[in-house]
Amino acid sequence: MSKSKYLIIGNSVAAVAAVSGIREVDPAGSITLVAKEEHHTYSRPLITYLLGGKVDEAQMLYRPADWYEKAGVNAMLGTEIVSVDPQAHTVETADGETLGYEKLLIATGGTPIVPPDLQGTDAEGVFTFTSLDDADAIKEYIEDRGVQSAVVIGGGLIGLKSVEALLALDIDTTVVELADRMLSSTFDETASLLAQKRLREAKVEVRCETTASELLAENGRVVGAKLTDGDTIPADLVIFAIGVFPAICIIEGTEIEVDRGILVDDRMQATAEDVYAAGDVAQARALLCGTQRCIAIFPNAYRQGEIAGRNMAGDDATWDGGLVMNSVTVVDVPTISVGVTEALGEDYAVLSELDEDAYTYRKIVLEGDRIVGAVFVGEIDRAGIITGLIREQVDVSDIRELLLSDDFGLISLPADYRQRVLSGTGSG
Amino acid sequence: MKRIRVYEEHCIGCGLCEVHCLVQHSRSKKIIRAFREERDSIVPAVQVERDGYLSFALQCRHCDEALCIEACMTGAMYRDPETGAVLCDTDRCVGCWMCIMACPAGAIQRGANGKVASKCDLCIGEEIPVCVVNCPNEALVLEDDGDE
Repeated sequence: MSKSKYLIIGNSVAAVAAVSGIREVDPAGSITLVAKEEHHTYSRPLITYLLGGKVDEAQMLYRPADWYEKAGVNAMLGTEIVSVDPQAHTVETADGETLGYEKLLIATGGTPIVPPDLQGTDAEGVFTFTSLDDADAIKEYIEDRGVQSAVVIGGGLIGLKSVEALLALDIDTTVVELADRMLSSTFDETASLLAQKRLREAKVEVRCETTASELLAENGRVVGAKLTDGDTIPADLVIFAIGVFPAICIIEGTEIEVDRGILVDDRMQATAEDVYAAGDVAQARALLCGTQRCIAIFPNAYRQGEIAGRNMAGDDATWDGGLVMNSVTVVDVPTISVGVTEALGEDYAVLSELDEDAYTYRKIVLEGDRIVGAVFVGEIDRAGIITGLIREQVDVSDIRELLLSDDFGLISLPADYRQRVLSGTGSG
Repeated sequence: MKRIRVYEEHCIGCGLCEVHCLVQHSRSKKIIRAFREERDSIVPAVQVERDGYLSFALQCRHCDEALCIEACMTGAMYRDPETGAVLCDTDRCVGCWMCIMACPAGAIQRGANGKVASKCDLCIGEEIPVCVVNCPNEALVLEDDGDE
């Protein structure tokens, strides 16, 4: 049995950050990285850009081609792990090989959700869209079948990015969202409606408060989707974008505690000794509510991975809490949203400014004297200053009226906080 | 690493740092040509913030814990292993603006073409960044903080 000091399952952002975290503390300890996908580590969010022809295969690499070698990583790509034995400190591969570890990181990400009871999902031309292989398969299908029309089921971020790719390929696209508006977990209502307006202007059909009740197929190939509101939409392609679920099947039957994802403490350690989890598979403390939540976003995955890596190598790094944040361009309108996007109670206050025709909207949500969320549409410049104030829970009672002014900048902030940011020695 | 220290009490708000930054990052490297012909294609990576008598010049802080690198989804944002500077490989940047969302200093901008991020590179190839060299009142000073 081969044994490594550090074993990492996964090959995306959390895994890469973990390698970096380990190497900051331990330059030489053996690292084995095992991943089901055969590809060199790639940027998962770029798969829709690849489909849309905005980047090429070479640009997909998240780290340079010699990265594993330079970081001293034994990469076992194309190897699936099927089980973990935390007592024995081993994992088993699909080929029956046993690998030993001293410290284990589970960074397996998420598995796309397909409604289990929906008829027709096994037809050709029906895809999920969370991997490079998905992008390649969809591209091939579009080219081979001369796809003209598509239905994207799910109007969240993956759905929106899928729509963008299909738009770039000139495919008539309908997006179907069960909630009463798209991007409901990312935006407030105003921003959602602006995004929908922009999409409709770009000739995307946006349908809310409905979803597919059945996929229709002819000769084994999808030809449309029947909706719960009774309509039928003809389509040569269907993409499911209704979310991902933490990929936890490899730890089933172990003592590792799971809620939605793998429960981890602020050191990214799971409930079994020497086992850590990071990224979309992990359920860690959220900054604003304090409870453990799965916040499947890129920056959290990186930070968690790095913290896990450092701690696996003997350091004592701690998580400062996850903050929901997303930056996404809707057709050509840049948007950023951070934290809580609606007032949630009496002690909340909202500052906002909207110009519907110009597609600009800025909103700041305060709870007492602190900012807890923000939405920026069209005007996103310097949004990170607000993100910093949220993350650091800075008292903004003296500068409230400046927050949305044109002159707002680092200069508006309390001197001690400003000096800390300017020093560059910490994160803010 | 060597980093630019900002002394706001010395800043007179003249904006020469912005001018020299723009010229340095222009193709012509000539002040008149850069402003006449290239102004639309470059934004200065240093910006002076002013509020009454208080002013300071702000460029990327090249943070020890760089949230922009963590947030960068393409791998375009990276730390130069030699100098410790945080740099953006614009060939790999797709303009997703995750860095703008993450930077607590607000020091990363959309480039003039609106397609890729623009930020301070500490003037690659120069021993001392031009904003520091041309600051008339030592409000920008290159200092070695002693860390690797």
